[in-house]
Amino acid sequence: MQALVIAAHGSHLNPDASNPTYAHADTVRETGAFDEVREAFWKEEPHFREVIRTLESEEVFVVPLFISEGYFTERIIPRELRLDEFEPEQWESDGTSASQVTLEAEDVGKTVHYCGPVGTHDAMTDVIVQRAESVTGDPSVGEGVGLAVVGHGTERNENSAKAVEYHADRIRERGRFDEVEALFMDEEPEVDDVTDFFETEDIVVVPLFVADGYHTQEDIPEDMGLTEDYRLGWTVPAEVDGHRIWYAGAVGTEGLMADVILERAADAGAELGDAIERVRQITSSATESESNSERTSQAGD
Amino acid sequence: MVAPRHVEELVQRVTDGGDDNDIAFDGLRITCDESADDEFTFTLAIDGERVGRAGLDADGLREILAGEAGEGDETVDAYVTNWHYWQERVGGEGTARRAFLRWCEDAPPDDDETADGDRSVPARYAALRDGIDREWGQLCITARFVDGDEPDGERAYDLWHVDDADADLDDLEIYDEPRAAREIATDDEDGRYRPLKTAPTLETGWAFTGLSGTELVDAVGFFYPATIANWHREQEGTLDVDHWSETASRQSGIYEVVSELPREAVDWMAEACCVDSQCLRRREWEYEEGDDLDPDGGDGPFPCREPCSLVIAAARKWAIAESETERTYELELTPSERNQLEELIDAVADDRTDEIREADVNDGANRYRARYLRAKRFADGELEMREQ
Ligand code: SF4
Repeated sequence: MQALVIAAHGSHLNPDASNPTYAHADTVRETGAFDEVREAFWKEEPHFREVIRTLESEEVFVVPLFISEGYFTERIIPRELRLDEFEPEQWESDGTSASQVTLEAEDVGKTVHYCGPVGTHDAMTDVIVQRAESVTGDPSVGEGVGLAVVGHGTERNENSAKAVEYHADRIRERGRFDEVEALFMDEEPEVDDVTDFFETEDIVVVPLFVADGYHTQEDIPEDMGLTEDYRLGWTVPAEVDGHRIWYAGAVGTEGLMADVILERAADAGAELGDAIERVRQITSSATESESNSERTSQAGD
Repeated sequence: MVAPRHVEELVQRVTDGGDDNDIAFDGLRITCDESADDEFTFTLAIDGERVGRAGLDADGLREILAGEAGEGDETVDAYVTNWHYWQERVGGEGTARRAFLRWCEDAPPDDDETADGDRSVPARYAALRDGIDREWGQLCITARFVDGDEPDGERAYDLWHVDDADADLDDLEIYDEPRAAREIATDDEDGRYRPLKTAPTLETGWAFTGLSGTELVDAVGFFYPATIANWHREQEGTLDVDHWSETASRQSGIYEVVSELPREAVDWMAEACCVDSQCLRRREWEYEEGDDLDPDGGDGPFPCREPCSLVIAAARKWAIAESETERTYELELTPSERNQLEELIDAVADDRTDEIREADVNDGANRYRARYLRAKRFADGELEMREQ
């Protein structure tokens, strides 16, 4: 038997923080690729500390629903899962290339494949692009359009900026969008000045965050001038300095994220059959039917 | 009636090649004596005694199991279908899932062969026709037969809030998908988010009906994550309790400070957060091995094996606050006003503020009373007092 654990942050205060985790876990459940699928959290239950013991499977794949390598993926999750042998060096990562390490969880005697975070997987690039498609409602969006991938910045962790730049570079190389920029909340180039970095009239802005919260629903919309006060909401697209800004909520809420989770597990040796293809099918058709309603979504709702 | 395939399964099990095919489960015992030309002995535990037949060949055994031998048919039926349900359908020997499902119908643990009286198979079969109720926190679980009139051993489970135990099913929202439990458990009756799943604030008005054993375990897992696993470990004597001092010293980053929480503050914290009125997990962690905390750990069926993330987050606040030195303040209050301060603190601590009626000015935590006190004793938004 094999099990999947999706390890996410969660929140003591905001019930919506765990929604994307649940949604992606359910998508994976539908595929039947794993005998067991569990959500696990730092701030909710089951806690990282107690999740592995709820599983009957001997082989467990843990995929962190985090954007970058850092404090949570290198210290908190391994410590709380009791992966006592883990050292970040085992990932041999340059900051965005962690794939997986196989370890034993001491309290339960199970084999745990501890994967790199979803945010740095190559498949994440496609999710960002799909996010741009869903927010504009245009499956071929790109020509004449600029794309900004937005991250936290280095304040707490330099790898967070690396992940944003990594995907921005990959999308730029594809030549699909006229311009692609990596922007940050707390370092240059700053998202506040988003319109300075683009010549295109249309700019799609995709925040590289796993869940919506005050960064994506309050700070970024206000910083970019989409709205005076986040509580009033904003329109999609919104006019700012003669540009049309298509602002998407956190990329982590995109259905295709379930695909990245599966890719991480597959890279670590999970037997998935045709689950990846099926998830791509399910999540891309969901995007088309949802895209219209999402265009008018506002934080103030 | 016992299904012929169950009999065949059972006969197969004992006649298949291999060394140890004997059956000894839940009072049913079938042994094969190879030295005596594969003779079978079949016995049941009934009223503390073993009754049965020895010297059977395979066909004779088949006849007895199928109830064709004319003796105690219904009882034999019960043992055969019971064996089928637990061994073939539920399986998972040694797992928490199986132990929990056995607990749901008050069955003895797998290795207890002597179970008698209410826990014996015939007694449980009689009870399962109407349903056996168990409580797990605020959950009420009913184990019953899928078909109560002609039971074939197949169980189904219903799940609802203990406060709805007498409610009409028509008045409840009915669910059959375990994942729906996640939604139900998110907010309390007043729509407030429940970050602690085992807080006694689960809302009422819903029921899951006709769940399979696996679905029941999943649903309970969504309501009260990891409680079954830790309960099972406790039953097995392998619960790994992490006391306060261990959990606190493991913390890092912004939570590193919690290990500075004074010893007595840990008592206050457990009283604030972990007693049954606040959390249904039974606190098993103490300050450290050999140094118990004062407050009661609680009476619930499932244990708490270490301070949870909510307690750690609150401990951070208290650790920082407790690092301040005490000072003496001097302020003027009438005796009534002093009483009122106590009433205000009690009202918030007991989550009673919503119940205080608008015009109940006898209650010190009444809004008008509080506003009056503020108008009288505050200046520039602060309680007026002098520091000594
Ligand atoms: S630490 Fe206290 S509040 Fe938290 S789960 Fe355990 S008993 Fe409940």
